[in-house]
Amino acid sequence: MLIVVCIKQVPDTTQVQIDPVTNTLVREGIPFIVNPYDTHALEEALRLKDQFGYRVAALSMGPPNAEATLKKALALGVDRAILLSDRVFGGADTLATSNVLAAAIRKLHDEFDRVGLVLCGKQTIDGDTAQVGPGIASRLNFRQLTLVDRIVNLDPVGRKIRVSRKLEGRHEIVETPLPAMLTVVRELNRPRYPKVPMRLAAAEAIVEVWNNQVLKLDEQSIGLKGSPTWVSKIFSPERAKGEILGDGYGDPEGTAQLLVGRLLSQDLLAL
Amino acid sequence: MTPNPTIFTPLLIVSLGIFAWGCWRRLNLVALGASENRFDSFGRRMGEMLLYAFGQKRVLASPFGINHFVIFWSFLILLIANTEFMLHGVFPFISLENLPASLYLPLLLVLDIISLLALAAVGIAAVRRIAAPPYPEARTMEAFFILGLIAVLMLAYFSINGSRIAHGEMTAALPWLPVSGRVASFIPSASAPSFYAIGWWTHAVVLLLFMNYLPYSKHLHILTAIPNCFFRRLEQPNTQPREEFTSGNEFGVARVDRFSWKDLLDSLSCTECGRCQNACPAGITGKPLNPRGIMHEIKVNLLENGPLLKRGEKPVRPLIGEGEGSCPEGAIWSCTTCGACMGVCPVFIEHVPKIVQMRRNLVEEEARFPEELLNLFENMEGRSNPWGIAPTERAKWSATLEVKPFDRETTEYLFYVGCAGSFDSRNKHVTVALAQLMDRAGISWGILGKDEKCCGDSVRRLGNEFVFDRMARENVALFRERGVTKVITQCPHCFSTLKNDYRQYGLELEVIHHSELLRNLVRDGRLALDTSAAAFGATVFHDSCYLGRHNDVYDAPREVIQAGTGTAPVEMGRNRDNAFCCGAGGGRMWMEEHAGTRINLARVEEALQQKPDTICVSCPYCMTMFEDGLKDVKAENVRVRDVAEILAEAALR
Repeated sequence: MLIVVCIKQVPDTTQVQIDPVTNTLVREGIPFIVNPYDTHALEEALRLKDQFGYRVAALSMGPPNAEATLKKALALGVDRAILLSDRVFGGADTLATSNVLAAAIRKLHDEFDRVGLVLCGKQTIDGDTAQVGPGIASRLNFRQLTLVDRIVNLDPVGRKIRVSRKLEGRHEIVETPLPAMLTVVRELNRPRYPKVPMRLAAAEAIVEVWNNQVLKLDEQSIGLKGSPTWVSKIFSPERAKGEILGDGYGDPEGTAQLLVGRLLSQDLLAL
Repeated sequence: MTPNPTIFTPLLIVSLGIFAWGCWRRLNLVALGASENRFDSFGRRMGEMLLYAFGQKRVLASPFGINHFVIFWSFLILLIANTEFMLHGVFPFISLENLPASLYLPLLLVLDIISLLALAAVGIAAVRRIAAPPYPEARTMEAFFILGLIAVLMLAYFSINGSRIAHGEMTAALPWLPVSGRVASFIPSASAPSFYAIGWWTHAVVLLLFMNYLPYSKHLHILTAIPNCFFRRLEQPNTQPREEFTSGNEFGVARVDRFSWKDLLDSLSCTECGRCQNACPAGITGKPLNPRGIMHEIKVNLLENGPLLKRGEKPVRPLIGEGEGSCPEGAIWSCTTCGACMGVCPVFIEHVPKIVQMRRNLVEEEARFPEELLNLFENMEGRSNPWGIAPTERAKWSATLEVKPFDRETTEYLFYVGCAGSFDSRNKHVTVALAQLMDRAGISWGILGKDEKCCGDSVRRLGNEFVFDRMARENVALFRERGVTKVITQCPHCFSTLKNDYRQYGLELEVIHHSELLRNLVRDGRLALDTSAAAFGATVFHDSCYLGRHNDVYDAPREVIQAGTGTAPVEMGRNRDNAFCCGAGGGRMWMEEHAGTRINLARVEEALQQKPDTICVSCPYCMTMFEDGLKDVKAENVRVRDVAEILAEAALR
């Protein structure tokens, strides 16, 4: 059985700047990381590999420099890393993105190994839509289990999976037959740290690149053309500038009193 | 009365053969180690060996060292007597008596008195080991057995000479044998031949026994300690060797033969004196680390696995693990790399590099380390600071000042602020104080701002050499590109890393710790000081390990305190090279202390014994550890200040 993990390269900062003209994220000069939720999906796939001997493939759609993200996955121990990269994939919204990812998963299923599980982070920290995972599931007609914080049981013989979903104020234990798509939250596990020999091997490994000549998707369903969502405006909400009260270093007691007084006066604190 | 060569000669030949075989079997295991050049500077090495091995400088530094000094020199001098004894036993015509009387008689006197001194010294050693051992486990059978053997040798020596005197021999020498002469008066002349025979054969058997026990006991150090001093690291052991990151290499050490030959010789040189464990902040506060234990486990592992490895077989005992002959992971992670163990070791064993090598294996090959470190490693790799704060925030401390970017054309010094000075709210006050002092003194300086990166100290000491290597390369490239040659640091960890570790990357910088810079500014009269309103009260100074012990900077911060407060700092019980770590070195800053008591509390309590109003530090980690420790013991009336803050009070008013 093959487990596919979908990962995304995202800019590493909470202070993403927005280009006021194009309404897109400014990506220049910002270091990229693997979307933090995806690292937990990756970790869970690798644990299932360690436990059951399944194979793991990592998929990422993005520009050529997203290769670095897949190399990180290789350093952690995935068996295959595939970059879905083509100019015609660019500008995609969540629908177009899930079309491409689903097509790649289908291809892996047909030509490499039967796909039993697709794991995704619950959302990415740049787009925050949480739509791509479910989008893939519906395109592949897989069961979808979102917000998973624990795999309770995976039954390889009966081909079913039971998970715990982290919902607002409660947990839900659900079971479904495979194949299934899971989106995962941070509580699921603690990602492993790459071993140096694996990092060195990953640095030398070649990441497979699939473009649309490989996937042969209708250009109307991918990229900008395949994206019904149009962003009309992105902006950072204006936030009142903070204020430094007193001198906490020289007079901690007086400053604390000042702070309490201010909080009381603004009705942010009640005695 | 003469010995019996027909019995003694074969006994001696067999004993020497077994002794040689025993020594060879153990010492040739050293050759299993990786190569390392310790053959440079021959003259200097000879000097160090004379001073530390023969002069016993470090042995004498502890109160009981004089006793070992007496035993050591007695042993050397009595080698003359023992060599004669063995030769005489085989060839009865060979004897010191053949020497001219003017040489022979004084020599007899020396040997007679030295033997008595040695007897007294082993007696004292035995009493000490019972009454006040260096550490409780030092009361071993082995120790008493060896002391007993030496005592018996001395007694037998007196018995041989005494019975000869009682028999009417050596009459001319009698005045030169005060001790043996006294012994003779207790021996009836009729039984002198039997006393002689008993004394002689006791001496013979015990000497050969001692010789053959030696390679199998901690007394192997008699053979290894002297060369170990010769091969000591001539620089401070304040850094660790680089690793080459190419595919197929193994990283760190998890098998005894991956250590260098000198590391292996270290393990065979350990005398189990316990100085290291009595200096170790981790061990003293109840952590599972004992530096002596680390050396013992490496030695046991070498003796067990060495012969197998020699034959190309698989080792049977893991180097890292539980049980005798294995170093526990808990011990490996407890080290603060403060270097106190290495500073007191009389034979220059280097404990810390071995611990870091084993950490490297755990991190790089096994990815197994205390879980707190996962965030640290990722933050260091991703954002080049321990907290994972956005690098764009690095220069925020300077918001209220006018700070220039470093430019080789317009600024002389790079002020390398460091992560704590840039991001830690308490330490940012130190950064500002230092910046203002430099401006006041008219120093031309600039910063790298958001381009500054972490020096990588913590990751290197924690064994994440792969990440350190990347960080060091980036920094070295950045410094070269910007034309940095003179650097001011306010953190001893940055200081030592830039100065000592980056040298391995071919970057020679003039690195100045801010305490040295401020000392120079004071000396040169570049700061107008007014201590009339100094409000620091009694100020006790805490030495940072990476400034003091690792880099020998002891006086500069003290002079700055003197200048800033008008009085010399108060000293703690353990100060300068004996100072006790704050607990944050070696990456321990980022880890929890799960076992024992907290190291910073031990040091805070030691400082409070001096009833200070102010505790002065010279390191951001020490700052954090003391601030936290004082809160924990609720000593809220005592404040912690960096040397720069103290001087700023007098210079900036």
